[in-house]
Amino acid sequence: MIRMLKAMLAAVLVTGLAAAPAMAADSTLKKVKDLGKLSCGVNTGIAGFSAPDDKGNWSGLDVDVCKAVAAAVFKDASQVKYVPLTAKERFTALQSGEIDLLSRNTTWTMSRDTSAGLTFTGITYFDGQGFMVNKELGVKSAKELSEASICVQTGTTTELNVADYFRQNGMNYKPVVFEKLPETIAAYNAGRCDVFTSDASQLYSVRLTLGKPDDHIVLPEVISKEPLGPAVRQGDPQWANIVRWVFFALVNAEELGITSKNLDEMTKSENPEIRRLLGQEGDYGVGIGLENDWAYQAIKAVGNYGEMFSRNVGAESRLKISRGQNALWRDGGLQYAPPIR
Amino acid sequence: MAAQREKVAAQHSGAVPRSFADVLYDPRSRGLLLQALLVAAIVLLGYEVVSNATDNLQKQHIASGFGFLEHTAGFDISQSLIAYTNTSSYGRAFWVGLLNTLLVAALGVVLATAIGFIVGIARLSSNWLIARLAGVYVEVLRNIPPLLMLFAIYFAVLKTLPAPRDSIALPFHSYLNVRGLSVPSPVWQEGIWWVVAAFLIGLCAALLIWWLSARQKVSTGRTIAGAGWIGAAMVVVLPLLAFFAFNQPVVFNTPTIGRFNVTGGLTLLPELVALLGGLSLYTAAFVAEIVRAGVQGVSKGQKEAAVALGLSAGQVMRLVVIPQALRIIIPPLTNQYLNLTKNSSLAVAIGYPDLVHVFAGTVLNQTNQAIEVILITMAVYLTISLVTSVLMNWFNARMALVER
Repeated sequence: MIRMLKAMLAAVLVTGLAAAPAMAADSTLKKVKDLGKLSCGVNTGIAGFSAPDDKGNWSGLDVDVCKAVAAAVFKDASQVKYVPLTAKERFTALQSGEIDLLSRNTTWTMSRDTSAGLTFTGITYFDGQGFMVNKELGVKSAKELSEASICVQTGTTTELNVADYFRQNGMNYKPVVFEKLPETIAAYNAGRCDVFTSDASQLYSVRLTLGKPDDHIVLPEVISKEPLGPAVRQGDPQWANIVRWVFFALVNAEELGITSKNLDEMTKSENPEIRRLLGQEGDYGVGIGLENDWAYQAIKAVGNYGEMFSRNVGAESRLKISRGQNALWRDGGLQYAPPIR
Repeated sequence: MAAQREKVAAQHSGAVPRSFADVLYDPRSRGLLLQALLVAAIVLLGYEVVSNATDNLQKQHIASGFGFLEHTAGFDISQSLIAYTNTSSYGRAFWVGLLNTLLVAALGVVLATAIGFIVGIARLSSNWLIARLAGVYVEVLRNIPPLLMLFAIYFAVLKTLPAPRDSIALPFHSYLNVRGLSVPSPVWQEGIWWVVAAFLIGLCAALLIWWLSARQKVSTGRTIAGAGWIGAAMVVVLPLLAFFAFNQPVVFNTPTIGRFNVTGGLTLLPELVALLGGLSLYTAAFVAEIVRAGVQGVSKGQKEAAVALGLSAGQVMRLVVIPQALRIIIPPLTNQYLNLTKNSSLAVAIGYPDLVHVFAGTVLNQTNQAIEVILITMAVYLTISLVTSVLMNWFNARMALVER
């Protein structure tokens, strides 16, 4: 039955691609406004990035990007329809118009950005691929993993990186590949493989879901660059700009010390940079087809980037991931947003 | 009246030029015209769909065409019947997936048929316990979704078997653990072709003897004495002689327990076992019902007549009932074979690298060419199903009652 549903879904997506008339001509912004909801593709469940709670409310870093964009467009962060997608389904869903924004810990690569019909709008999380193993094996480094069985999720850059890494180091491995994350974790838990590999952030998140998190360690090697960020369909620069600048606004807000708490005081600030960001000066909203308080609304909904990070994956969360590469550029990190002017 | 008949006759002979209205009101030509219009409409629709899709793909800057099949795949596959590494092409990955699908489908069909026949016959047994057990098997297994059975078997296999370092040691340097069953793999040495040749010669000779014996039986009613045994001996003894004559041209690559895994030898993956087990057990429940229906469809008089002739119960089944039951069994059995093959795409859930998993999964996602990949995959399943149908129809025609 599930197989049939899948086949039907695939058929619908494919025919959707084939039949959707002149999609690029219609502006995504208009479509989203007419619909009254932002259709946002998220992960089926990784704590800290996108996961539903027991009442079905979604939260996480990727989810906050959806919320911020919805707030900028509708002045209401709740106007989001979350569409949980597997790694395999995500691009087809975006290409066929089922979703308008893909915010699903997706790695920005050249082929995806050029020949897959996607446009990446920024990097919300600088990540890298790592390996997690059971402590019992006594492995200290990824270089010792020759002949190991490795559990990996299909349709990811992870699957390619691990092949590259073992080829480079002249080692062999046995891949065990699953379509969905829960099955991948179950197989790792059942001892079907020695190693679970994925983006480091995901490893920490998955580790929390294992029976005894302390029995597992993440090896020190980071074998790839995984710049994760939101993506939109290619061919609609206005929509790409909206998503791009909403995120830049959140990063700029952190840099300028604007938080969701002091937001209203900040509107009275004399600092021209703050005034431009919050729509007190200039017509920056008009340039992307929104009202001038777009950034104000986004920050009000999710806070600045630092708040988002800390609430979902950082110090205030269960994951306790340090800012590291994701700190602002002036704190030695890589997060850097162009100025609003 | 007569004039009109003449006119019609003239029209049919084509002597009088026909007006357009005549053509339109002639049922035969009108039918042709309508069919031509329908074909044109379908062709137009097809053209529209293709050109529209190509247009939209271009507009959305999505690559199209089949050139991607030549590109380097870059990912690994856990089970491959042909040589494959992550530097092979997507096209090669397609063949790996296809062969894995065919492997599980072929083994599944054989297993499902075997189990199905046993359970189906057992359901008709006069032994109360056996008949009830078979009934329970059918009712339980055919009412559980196959996907759930796959999960149940897969995780049952994973949970019960030990970790590689605590592998269960079996005879002949084989090991059983959660990563699968590892057995020594033969590495053929020079001279093995002589053994193969000897086997083929033995087989030909045996077939010849059996054929002669059968011919003699038809003409005289007696077989050549010991023909069966002589033929069988030729098939076995000739290759054995060659094997020892050429210094046993085979060495075995035996598995050894390494740090993480048992390495070397051949490994039967738990994914394959779970998929094969799940599909065969599930389909066998349907096959059993088909077999039962087929046997019950043979008229009672046939059995009674056979018993009256003094045949034993086994002989009645083997010589009288089953050959007639097959005629009823084969057509619905074809459906079950097709179902099993198509259900094998559930492999993706438990990580067996079949066509859907490797090609419509990983390759689709790495290339993002959804339309091409899905089209190829659909064409493959269609072809497999049609070929299975053709084979089964041929078999059915051979088995059908030839009436004179």
